[in-house]
Amino acid sequence: MAAHLKKRVYEEFTKVVQQQHEDLSAKKLRLTKPSKSAALHVDLCKATSPADALQYLLQFARKPVEVESVEGVVRILLEHYYKENDASVRLKIASLLGLLSKTAGFSPDCIVDDAINTLQNEKSHQVLAQLLDTLLVIGTKLTENPSVRMRLVEVACKHLTDSSHGVRNKCLQLIGCLGPVEKGVAKEAESQAAKDVQKIIGDHFNDQDPRVRTAAIKAMLQLHERGLKLQQAIYGQACKLLADDYEQVRSAAVQLIWVLSQLYPESIVPIPSSNEEIRLVDDAFGKICHMVSDGSWVVRVQAAKLLGSMQQVSSHFLEQTLDKKLMSDLRRKRTAHERAKELYSSGEFSSGRKWGDDAPKEEIDTGAVNLIESGACGAFVHGLEDEMYEVRIAAVEALCMLAQSSPSFAEKCLDFLVDMFNDEIEEVRLQSIHTMRKISNNITLREDQLDTVLAVLEDSSRDIREALHELLCCTNVSTKEGIHLALVELLKNLTKYPTDRESIWKCLKFLGSRHPTLVLPLVPELLSTHPFFDTPEPDMDDPAYIAVLVLIFNAAKSCPTMPALFSDHTFRHYAYLRDSLSHLVPPLRLPGRKLVSSPVSPSITPHEDPSQQFLHQSLERVYNLQHLDPQGIQELLEFTIRDLQRLGELQSELAGMADFTATYLQCQLLLIKALQEKLWNVAAPLYLKQNALASAAAKQIVEETYKMEFMYSGVENKQVVIIHHMRLQAKALQLIVTARTARGVEPLFGMCEKFLQEVDSFQRCFISELPRMQGSFVDKLLDLMPRLVTSKPSEVVKILQTTLRQSTFLHLPLPERLHRASANIIEPTGESDNPLRFTSGLVVALDIDATLEHVQDPQGTVKVQVLYPDGQAQLIHPKPADFRNPGPGRHRLITQVYLSHTAWTEPCQIEVRLLLAYNSNRSKATAKVPKSTWNESMEALPQPENGIEGTIPFSKPVKVYIMPKPARR
Amino acid sequence: MPEIKVTPLGAGQDVGRSCILVSIAGKNVMLDCGMHMGYNDDRRFPDFSYITQNGRLTDFLDCVIISHFHLDHCGALPYFSEMVGYDGPIYMTHPTKAICPILLEDYRKITVDKKGETNFFTSQMIKDCMKKVVAVHLHQTVQVDEELEIKAYYAGHVLGAAMFQIKVGCESVVYTGDYNMTPDRHLGAAWIDKCRPDLLITESTYATTIRDSKRCRERDFLKKVHETVERGGKVLIPVFALGRAQELCILLETFWERMNLKAPIYFSTGLTEKANHYYKLFITWTNQKIRKTFVQRNMFEFKHIKAFDRAFADNPGPMVVFATPGMLHAGQSLQIFRKWAGNEKNMVIMPGYCVQGTVGHKILSGQRKLEMEGRQILEVKMQVEYMSFSAHADAKGIMQLIRQAEPRNVLLVHGEAKKMEFLKQKIEQEFHVSCYMPANGETTTIFTNPSIPVDISLGLLKRETAIGLLPDVKKPKLMHGTLIMKDNSFRLVSSEQALKELGLAEHQLRFTCRVHIQDPRKEHETVLRVYNHLKGVLKDYSVQHLPDGSITVESILIQATAHSEDQGTKVLLVSWTYQDEELGSYLTSLLKKGLPQSTS
Repeated sequence: MAAHLKKRVYEEFTKVVQQQHEDLSAKKLRLTKPSKSAALHVDLCKATSPADALQYLLQFARKPVEVESVEGVVRILLEHYYKENDASVRLKIASLLGLLSKTAGFSPDCIVDDAINTLQNEKSHQVLAQLLDTLLVIGTKLTENPSVRMRLVEVACKHLTDSSHGVRNKCLQLIGCLGPVEKGVAKEAESQAAKDVQKIIGDHFNDQDPRVRTAAIKAMLQLHERGLKLQQAIYGQACKLLADDYEQVRSAAVQLIWVLSQLYPESIVPIPSSNEEIRLVDDAFGKICHMVSDGSWVVRVQAAKLLGSMQQVSSHFLEQTLDKKLMSDLRRKRTAHERAKELYSSGEFSSGRKWGDDAPKEEIDTGAVNLIESGACGAFVHGLEDEMYEVRIAAVEALCMLAQSSPSFAEKCLDFLVDMFNDEIEEVRLQSIHTMRKISNNITLREDQLDTVLAVLEDSSRDIREALHELLCCTNVSTKEGIHLALVELLKNLTKYPTDRESIWKCLKFLGSRHPTLVLPLVPELLSTHPFFDTPEPDMDDPAYIAVLVLIFNAAKSCPTMPALFSDHTFRHYAYLRDSLSHLVPPLRLPGRKLVSSPVSPSITPHEDPSQQFLHQSLERVYNLQHLDPQGIQELLEFTIRDLQRLGELQSELAGMADFTATYLQCQLLLIKALQEKLWNVAAPLYLKQNALASAAAKQIVEETYKMEFMYSGVENKQVVIIHHMRLQAKALQLIVTARTARGVEPLFGMCEKFLQEVDSFQRCFISELPRMQGSFVDKLLDLMPRLVTSKPSEVVKILQTTLRQSTFLHLPLPERLHRASANIIEPTGESDNPLRFTSGLVVALDIDATLEHVQDPQGTVKVQVLYPDGQAQLIHPKPADFRNPGPGRHRLITQVYLSHTAWTEPCQIEVRLLLAYNSNRSKATAKVPKSTWNESMEALPQPENGIEGTIPFSKPVKVYIMPKPARR
Repeated sequence: MPEIKVTPLGAGQDVGRSCILVSIAGKNVMLDCGMHMGYNDDRRFPDFSYITQNGRLTDFLDCVIISHFHLDHCGALPYFSEMVGYDGPIYMTHPTKAICPILLEDYRKITVDKKGETNFFTSQMIKDCMKKVVAVHLHQTVQVDEELEIKAYYAGHVLGAAMFQIKVGCESVVYTGDYNMTPDRHLGAAWIDKCRPDLLITESTYATTIRDSKRCRERDFLKKVHETVERGGKVLIPVFALGRAQELCILLETFWERMNLKAPIYFSTGLTEKANHYYKLFITWTNQKIRKTFVQRNMFEFKHIKAFDRAFADNPGPMVVFATPGMLHAGQSLQIFRKWAGNEKNMVIMPGYCVQGTVGHKILSGQRKLEMEGRQILEVKMQVEYMSFSAHADAKGIMQLIRQAEPRNVLLVHGEAKKMEFLKQKIEQEFHVSCYMPANGETTTIFTNPSIPVDISLGLLKRETAIGLLPDVKKPKLMHGTLIMKDNSFRLVSSEQALKELGLAEHQLRFTCRVHIQDPRKEHETVLRVYNHLKGVLKDYSVQHLPDGSITVESILIQATAHSEDQGTKVLLVSWTYQDEELGSYLTSLLKKGLPQSTS
């Protein structure tokens, strides 16, 4: 109680102070506080030398400044600025002014004039540049004030003639950021200097300093970003800049040209040295293509990247990018790609190549050969062969984007993409495989291309192989030989890397369902059936055989004639696989059999889905029957929970929903059970045993609520309220139990206090949701709040107890989609009998490979736990780079954990599991705290009082056999 | 007019024996000093007597530059420096300096020990020669003497290959040596900045070829090797010890790593081990991938490639063997070939060109029965494949380099005349620069138009820039100053300073002109009229009427006196200094037109 009183006293006190604040004028308030500006002033006056002053300023810059005192500080600084003779101190002051005007909540319009005035007499170029930078900051804070912006732009224009590049740079930057964008303003201000910012900036495209040229182009781009429509006239200027000596200029110019090409794709530009004219976008495309063979790789990357987004370019220009006329001794030669194509079309595949096969054919007219084309010729050929892998990746990406929009281009670029599968850098290989997957609906692989693609299946990198499986899932194959080849290679892959099993089966599933007609003629061969003889029954557990069956069954789904070719054991195997690998084997209409699975036709929408209906019905039953006698409720809850759990197992898409509700009901059940205990009627100390039951229930409920909150993706605010509410009930229960068992009242004070705080914060967080919680525990509690706050702990407990008993059971609304986070450790498998031996005291690396599903932000939350037999537990936070994202909602953790232990006498098992870390502060209900800026960095954010961190295990533990040997001496 | 003279002693319209003399601004530089593979007589070395008949070469040459370690670029070096006699500096890059003596020694061994030639350079000579070598780093500017400086650029081609820029004052020449514009598995692509040399001397081996992408060839190569190994066959790859061999090793090594293959790869020992050692050391000269990954693992520390032993050839099971020499004409590669030729599961891959008459050439042209020494007939059942991995720039690459460097003239060497002709025409047509292709011994003279740097005093510069606007690239700017040429240097200073420095007194040059004006009025009235008139016309100048009755316009003085004979005519005396010539003459012409009548 005393604590509570204290709190109230504080509250009152603070209130009084606040009132004073309101009464006093702002200025006086500053004076009452030890003012920052005053201290600074004193410091600066004390400074004897520029070095001293600089030190003071540096120290000052480390501390944050409150919003209300910024203006004062600025005035002091300005005052010193005028007095100061040393340029470096003035520079620092200028930079401080900029930083100060960034302070959140401070409006710098009061210091605009002063800041501009400082520019008047400044001689040092560096200080000038810094001051302009400060003006830029001020300007960006006052974007909605056009007159200030106009003034600043005018100031910048005035200083454009400065001889220092730094000043001109900043001026251009300022004009770019603040220059008028709207037409109206420009007209209105026609009389002033800043009438046409574009022209002013454009004039500096020819500046003598490359840095200024770059700044000018960047300013132009900035204007474009701010919504100004650039004039087409600068296109010519920009083209000239492409030949600049400096790479940063060229790089910026490429961007500018790209912007212009997007703005005016259809305008016509003349081709110099001829009378022809072409579309601007084509011309720009040609020019950017030309930059793909620039001397600087930065420019090359830039150019290659931009090419991808130029989709309006006409197709013959586009196709030129893949064209490279080969010749040898002035005779036309065919590329290897062309040869491969010819070989294929002539029906003579995989003939051994002879020397001179690539012998050049017809003579070339020497005049017609153009060695350096101005156009787009061979841009991608060059880009893909570039020295730097950054350029190659950019080129592959660009290729991907262009191919997605143009099927004919996709067909053409296939050969090149396939070639990239053999790049020396894995990243490039991976990227090109992904690219191929993205354009796969536009293409059909030729057999020779398929051959090259499949060769990569033997790659030792799992990423590459899995990407390739994904690719094969959505590839179109043209012939039955192709399918056969793919199957053979996949089986080879399976024997070489047995861990790829799942991925290969999945791949074959899609391959089969996409190409039923191609699989059909292969069936007898694949099943090795014979028209006359019975062949031995293959081993059902052989992954390779399963793989073949997956292919065939999926093909059979849309090919009703296929089952006729099956032999008896195939049908048996089908039944087995349909049950054990239901996600891979589709339901089939087999002759003479009933359909194995329920006829769920895809036309039924999820809402009409009977299982979904079942879910809702059972939930409604529970919610409606809340006024039954406790015994009935308990039974009903138990049945429903059982039903839901079973439903979750059967229907994978509803698993999240079912589990979520089951957990909730479980919590409710636990709560009811705990409240049904007889102990409440008996004197406390006698029933310690039952107390254990109740407190265990409370503890479990709390745990479950954390799981509900953090383990499911798709949980909305509506659910979070209910979860928090449940947790609050559990805490109330805990409080009651402790009140009953604990001796003395002292610990109870703290607990009560805390509980009330929690109720308070609950109210604050979910104020909007409260009206929907009529009759609930919280609702009642909040009504009683004034009483609770004043009463003693024992009374509080009593009130809580009755409220808890009387409170109704809240309806848990279900969100649209709900998925439970899950993890599956693929490696280590936990089957190995060979212990991992290492010398004690040293470390051993254990490879961990796991798939995570529906985990949001795995980099931040997923941890690996290692449990040693001695109970010692180790928590490892994997590197962000160890997580890959193969698909939406799916993640893959491939990492290494380092184990170490003192010596053991014999091998023993350790447990490895994945944990999901949570932090109740990061709860979905509270809005994300914006990142603190320069000023706020020092002020510690007030921690919400109930910041609880914890972990939830969400994968099955895997046992690893290890053996730390004693070190030999 | 200053000129650059270029005389190829070798490699002019020819491949092999690269040796080019360049004289630039009084400096003589020899680029490369190679031997010719095709000759065994005196023609194999360049004719150094062309340089001087009797004097020491050192007196005539300022330096020698070697672009890379191939023998057709450095083979004649010991002969040149030790036997003919040259003591000046020889420049090459660090890897070239390291590997060059190995190859020279090998070359010497073959010529002297195997062919039994006498009068050839000795091992000691190679050592002495290497002592004269100065090693340079990439992009390091080396001052050969006070005026001559050289700078190396990366050229790809082989480890340590470089392009050199030779610069004297403002004149410069770039010599490319051999270079490669497309990266391969172990080296990057040649690169040069926009140095705008007066002359670019470039190789033109593939002047008329545009090559296909390297990837297809690599893929074919790997696929073939892989298939053969999977079948259980053996693969023989005859190579020369340096250069392509390392590329193929890297290629196979990474492939083995990627595909998790287990079949052994062997490399016949000898030269290669030493060379591989240097490849390991000079990681900075290799391509991006090797440079990036060498911290984890040096790619040249082969995991799968082991040293070959003669006994391994009979081992069962698949294997891949790299063996020297590359044309299957002798040595280990031929021995292994004879052992394996009979089995159709095996394969031989020829990675390069084979000279006519060698076994390599025969099998490539499809011969299936070979007559070996001792009238044995060897039936070749193994598969024969040809894979060309060449590291020269193709026509497109050459053009690309020219585009990068932006030279004012191009000179082609190291290629066949007919092919050069085509490229020359293309270069002239597309870059509008003149292009030359001298034959051996033929001198090409190129006139340069060097810009002459002049030092300007800061005071003058500031004063002059303060007057006008910012310097504009497009417009020439007029400046007043004095050019002093003294002690071989040029300086532009203000005239006062020049006078001071030269100890001269300043003389004023004044022009005086009389203008007659018909004006009957008094003198001072005339003066007033003139004053008003001038003030009206010359608004931008300060026109003053002085109390002594004269008018000044800026520094020009105008006085009026009555004509001694005719009082109605006034004589205006206009006097101006030389500096104000423009304004002065304008004033006189203005006054000569007379005063407007209606002024007063």
